[in-house]
Amino acid sequence: MITQSIPILKLKEFLLVSIQTDLHDRMAEQLQYDILQHISKTGAKGVLIDISALEMVDSFIGRTLADTARMASTLDAEIVIVGMQPAVAITLVELGLSLGDVKTAMNLDEGYTLLVEQLSKNGSNQIESEEKEEVSIDDSG
Amino acid sequence: MIVVRIKDVGDIIKARSAVKDVAEKLGFGIVDRTRISTAVSELARNIYLFAKEGDVQIEELSNPHKGIRITFIDHGPGIEDIDLALKDGWSSSNGMGKGLPGARRLVDLMEIESQPGKGTTVIIEKWLKG
Repeated sequence: MITQSIPILKLKEFLLVSIQTDLHDRMAEQLQYDILQHISKTGAKGVLIDISALEMVDSFIGRTLADTARMASTLDAEIVIVGMQPAVAITLVELGLSLGDVKTAMNLDEGYTLLVEQLSKNGSNQIESEEKEEVSIDDSG
Repeated sequence: MIVVRIKDVGDIIKARSAVKDVAEKLGFGIVDRTRISTAVSELARNIYLFAKEGDVQIEELSNPHKGIRITFIDHGPGIEDIDLALKDGWSSSNGMGKGLPGARRLVDLMEIESQPGKGTTVIIEKWLKG
């Protein structure tokens, strides 16, 4: 069977993925690998995954999305899932599946804003901790 | 009755979409259609994972309930302990154990018949309300 691949677009420091086709397990696994590969190649800091065209998210797809988000975060990239249909959200909860701490947003606009905020927060945290380090060096000296 | 043969991972999509078409024709709303196709996805995947192949039969129900009945038949290894398989979080495949118990929560009726070594038949029904 030929597995269709889902395009991954780069936009500034982010990647954009829109799932426009019904996913089967192998496609979901391939997408996971492709996203991680793109993060590592481009150094992208965030990924927006649009699932507004997905009519259902079962336990396998849900778990794959949640795993991908955790894997991406170990590569220092944040994943935001956008556009989940209300019926899909209802079914996911009834199924007993939690997407864990995966960030979600209503639409692409809000997902983008969330990523930008997250990125600037991470940036300022880093500066803060660097400053603290300098202080401690001063103290010891 | 519509029958979808499950042999390949892509056949899970075929089963889902055949069921979705029937559910839509019968007048199920978007939330119930999503529940039904998600349950079908879980149960068709069980066929693919455990039995390698089997059939998904889709039929219309009229009495006593109007609705849809979907039957999953395989001649795979069967389920040793159905009560255990229906427990949340229990999994024989290193999955998350959401398949059977999760699917059961999405439908109005679920019946499982299984003989170890002979195969498994799972019947689910979703009824139209009102």
